[in-house]
Amino acid sequence: MSARPPSGVDTAIRARGLGKHFGGLVAVDRVDLTVPAGQVYGFLGPNGSGKSTTIRMLCGLLLPSAGEIEVLGLEVPRQAEALRSRVGYMTQKFSLFDDLSVRENLEFVAAIQGVAQAETAARVDELLARYRFEDRERQLAGTLSGGWKQRLGLACAVIHRPELLFLDEPTSAVDPESRRDFWEKLFELADAGTTIMVSTHLMDEAERCHRLAILDRGRLVADGTPAQLAGALAGRTLLVETATPRRVLEALVGVAGLLSVVQIGSNLRVLTGDGADPRRALRDIEAALGETGLAADVTEVASNLEDVFVAATRNGSRPPERAP
Amino acid sequence: MKWRRLWAITTKELRQLRRDRVSLGMIVGIPVIQLVLFGYAINTNVRDIAAGIADQANTSASRALVMDMLATDVVAPAASANTPQQLMEMIQRGQIGVGIVIPPDFEQRRHDGRPVAQVLVDGSDTAVQAVAAQLAQVPVDGAAPDPRAPARSTPPEGAISVVSFYNPERRSAVNVVPGLIGVILTMTMVMFTGIAIVREHERGNMEMLIATPLTSAELMIGKVLPYIGIGLLQVSVILALGRWLFAVPVRGGLLDVYVAAGLLIVANLALGLLISTRARSQFQAMQMTMFVFLPSILLSGFLFPFAGMPKVAQWLAEVLPLTHFIRLIRGVMLRGAGLAQQWTEVAALAGFTFVMMAVAIRRFRKRLD
Ligand SMILES: Nc1ncnc2c1ncn2[C@@H]1O[C@H](COP(=O)(O)OP(=O)(O)OP(=O)(O)O)[C@@H](O)[C@H]1O
Ligand SMILES: [Mg+2]
Repeated sequence: MSARPPSGVDTAIRARGLGKHFGGLVAVDRVDLTVPAGQVYGFLGPNGSGKSTTIRMLCGLLLPSAGEIEVLGLEVPRQAEALRSRVGYMTQKFSLFDDLSVRENLEFVAAIQGVAQAETAARVDELLARYRFEDRERQLAGTLSGGWKQRLGLACAVIHRPELLFLDEPTSAVDPESRRDFWEKLFELADAGTTIMVSTHLMDEAERCHRLAILDRGRLVADGTPAQLAGALAGRTLLVETATPRRVLEALVGVAGLLSVVQIGSNLRVLTGDGADPRRALRDIEAALGETGLAADVTEVASNLEDVFVAATRNGSRPPERAP
Repeated sequence: MKWRRLWAITTKELRQLRRDRVSLGMIVGIPVIQLVLFGYAINTNVRDIAAGIADQANTSASRALVMDMLATDVVAPAASANTPQQLMEMIQRGQIGVGIVIPPDFEQRRHDGRPVAQVLVDGSDTAVQAVAAQLAQVPVDGAAPDPRAPARSTPPEGAISVVSFYNPERRSAVNVVPGLIGVILTMTMVMFTGIAIVREHERGNMEMLIATPLTSAELMIGKVLPYIGIGLLQVSVILALGRWLFAVPVRGGLLDVYVAAGLLIVANLALGLLISTRARSQFQAMQMTMFVFLPSILLSGFLFPFAGMPKVAQWLAEVLPLTHFIRLIRGVMLRGAGLAQQWTEVAALAGFTFVMMAVAIRRFRKRLD
């Protein structure tokens, strides 16, 4: 790929105080974002947290209710038209034509994205080869399986060699093997200088991003590199090893200062609340266990992104979640 | 405006259409079904209309003529009377739809070759009107009936004269088919375009399309281009079937017919586009199509004579493209008039198209909200 690093901008996206409401519903609330050029930037958040709405505003497809956006040095939505040919956008829902073949879809998108007529055939062939569509190029897009559809979506989104790529949950319906494959392609693109903003709610994907932002109910609740975000939770994750995890879990329900307790195999993973002192929580847990006479081993472990996600998206006032 | 992008949209639309059996079927099916329904319903599908008979001659020949008329099965004897006045009263009361009058001097008239009988028709019912034409063709022994029995408000030279009350225009398939071209185009063209754009919203394609450099004009014009060809194809189907089934003539130039149809097609496509900028679902697009279609059918002069409508309805009708088309096409097909002679109708259609298209393109936003 010959995508060049965006000329003269090292910040691909900058948004300040971004907000969007639909009637009374606040979908995005005062979000500040800075996405450095040339990186894979993850956008993490539960269902309905405003990921798609934010991406649409950044693309100029929705008018923000509040705030300012600058993408690739252009002001959005005012200069959105000038931006179109420089960004690629892969929608959350498959948005190519079910009743056109793989090749026809690529040729169509090439034409409307302004790929030069003389180059189109070569570019389409190149993408068919790169995304391994050679023996499916005549298949109707609607008959492709989920993973292949997403690949076609990506191929179409990058056909005009955009500097910036928005991918809205590109892999939520894709098996792990195809997902790995898909991410391979993303890093290839990033290597060639493309900035990628990808929304997801999968932890293993978030883990692979250079940086990520976590959105919860329209609010930006955390952002940074995965290591920074996990590091910020140092000390707050405890592992409870026990022979009777279900009973220990019940015993921990009443303990104050715990944000979540989930069972992982025969162990329990405990996340302490934001304001709570982890050491005190540890003592409380041991006391609670002592009362019930259950044997368990409590140790502090390194936090991972799942803990970050839970800590960021779980309001401290809610009771700890009990594993189902 | 980039021709390449516009053409990409057009070819994409054609490819999709080629793979969409239902739409393909509708393109040909709607004209055929409508033509057959309208054509036959108005022309020959009439059976057992209540008839009143006043046989003032009462000779064996006059009784034979009445029996011949009844044998056609289109009328059934419902009442007998002594005078034409009594029959007219019965028609007025709605008791009968057709009155058959055989005057006392029947034998003399038969001998002279003058009209021997009169068929009184309740012209307020178009279906009944067609009956008269059929009855008028019943041959009279010893007389020389005009085989064409031309349908006019003045008594024809045939053996049996027809007098039509309330609706002297006397419609028939010949009159209906040219208008039907307009009705079918109004229905299908508005609906097809309305749906073509709304469907992309429903299937999620639109979000992808508006995120590209494609302009509103390219998208809209590119999308309707294929339907101009499809509309003209429908016109051909109707003309061919009309000629074959109902012997509908084209007295003016065939090119004029296609140009007139082309004008109506683009007017309706533009209207369909405007609808598509409002409708949120295919169902809504259909509803809005009906909202335009019904007044078009009722007010355009297709079913009811324009001159007989109240002023307000006439003003409203002037806004509908179908009104202008019906005048235009009847002029071309039935009176052999040229388009230049009817330039005001041409201008009205072109103006309508221009305004609708401009509004549709302006209203279309490359945004989701
Ligand atoms: N056009 C709209 N009209 C009204 N409400 C909307 C509209 N679009 C989104 N919303 C609401 O805004 C909120 C955020 O939606 P959004 O689609 O941005 O979430 P998301 O993070 O992308 O969720 P998901 O992971 O399910 O895709 C939701 O509550 C949604 O119902
Ligand atoms: Mg979403």
